Amino acid sequence: MPKEKKSFLQVFMNGLITENPTFTLMLGMCPTLAITTAASNGIGMGLATTFVLVCSNLFISLLRKVIPDKVRIPSFIVVIASFVTILEMILKAYIPALSESLGMYIPLIVVNCIIFARAEAFAFKNGPVLSLADGLGMGLGFTGAITILSAIRELLGNGTIFGAQIMPEAYQPMGIMLNVPGGFVTLGLLLALVNAIKNLAAKKAAARKEELA
Amino acid sequence: MNIYLTILVGSLLVNNFVMNKFLGICPFLGVSKKFDTALGMGMAVTFVMTLASFVAWIVEHFLLVPFGLMYMRTIAFILVIAVLVQVVEMALKKMSPSLYQSLGVYLPLITTNCAVLGVAILNSDLAYGLLESTFNGFCAALGFTLAMVLFACIRERLSLAKMPKWMDGFPGALITAGLMAVAFAGFGGLIK
Repeated sequence: MPKEKKSFLQVFMNGLITENPTFTLMLGMCPTLAITTAASNGIGMGLATTFVLVCSNLFISLLRKVIPDKVRIPSFIVVIASFVTILEMILKAYIPALSESLGMYIPLIVVNCIIFARAEAFAFKNGPVLSLADGLGMGLGFTGAITILSAIRELLGNGTIFGAQIMPEAYQPMGIMLNVPGGFVTLGLLLALVNAIKNLAAKKAAARKEELA
Repeated sequence: MNIYLTILVGSLLVNNFVMNKFLGICPFLGVSKKFDTALGMGMAVTFVMTLASFVAWIVEHFLLVPFGLMYMRTIAFILVIAVLVQVVEMALKKMSPSLYQSLGVYLPLITTNCAVLGVAILNSDLAYGLLESTFNGFCAALGFTLAMVLFACIRERLSLAKMPKWMDGFPGALITAGLMAVAFAGFGGLIK
């Protein structure tokens, strides 16, 4: 089925870039700001969220004909919370270091609005294959965005990326980047950059259209 | 008595949920365009968070601990919060239509406000007693309201200012929040 395959990719790319949850939809801001103090945390949190998102999207899409419309929100919550609990146990058992550094933000994946929004907006209306693609795309889009954000904060705040020294010895680390204000300001500037690029692209597209006309 | 003062100052200013713990950022950014809506959301959150801290403590100590179900904590707490929000919504609708009018629209949003689940988990991690948990929930919610109302006031003024197109909206708001966080960081030394 070539048609199905194509739309699988489309849905995946839509989540990864076009409707990137962090830069476009502005969803899941709490973990985005809270744990992005080190690149390894960012990638860990991103993959953990992706895991929950993919599982919950798949499950909810499979169950969408069974769940009555009226109780869909509580049902979503139960499905998502179950997967988060599974994740919590897996992390505690196999990657205790990550579990330690993410702390209470792991149980808080339950209330990450990305997962909720995708369940409501996508998985409840589409088949399992597409929902899987959506979960993967959105999850990896989120992972990418918070890894970039945390890499910037780690580089400026500590002079390292993934723990490896990047900045020269003489560099004075900016401690504020690792604190709360640094998180807000870095994300704000990053968003401004994304907006500026988008505006530029839109202007170019409009100019090209005019040229053709 | 001392511990209550510590909780009050700690949760309200020093460990402010929004400005220090990054909890409840979504409503903080989402419904802070106007002073009135920010205050309404803050009041609704205060109401639910105080109740949720109370009920979560009871569920933890009378259900989860005696039956050895602590690994179910996340599921139990989020269900408690979802049910509570629903009950509060129904009760308000019946008992005080005018209050429901002003708070009603914010109530469904509170289920996915991570500050509510956050305070329940935090209380449980810190092993607070029933009174302390409830008080901590109340103070943390007041802190949330404070940050949100201040932020809304700034944004109301900011919306009149001329900003470059790429800075308008969320980027500008985030940088404003960053500057506010610097101010809140000044409370850091108040308690040890």
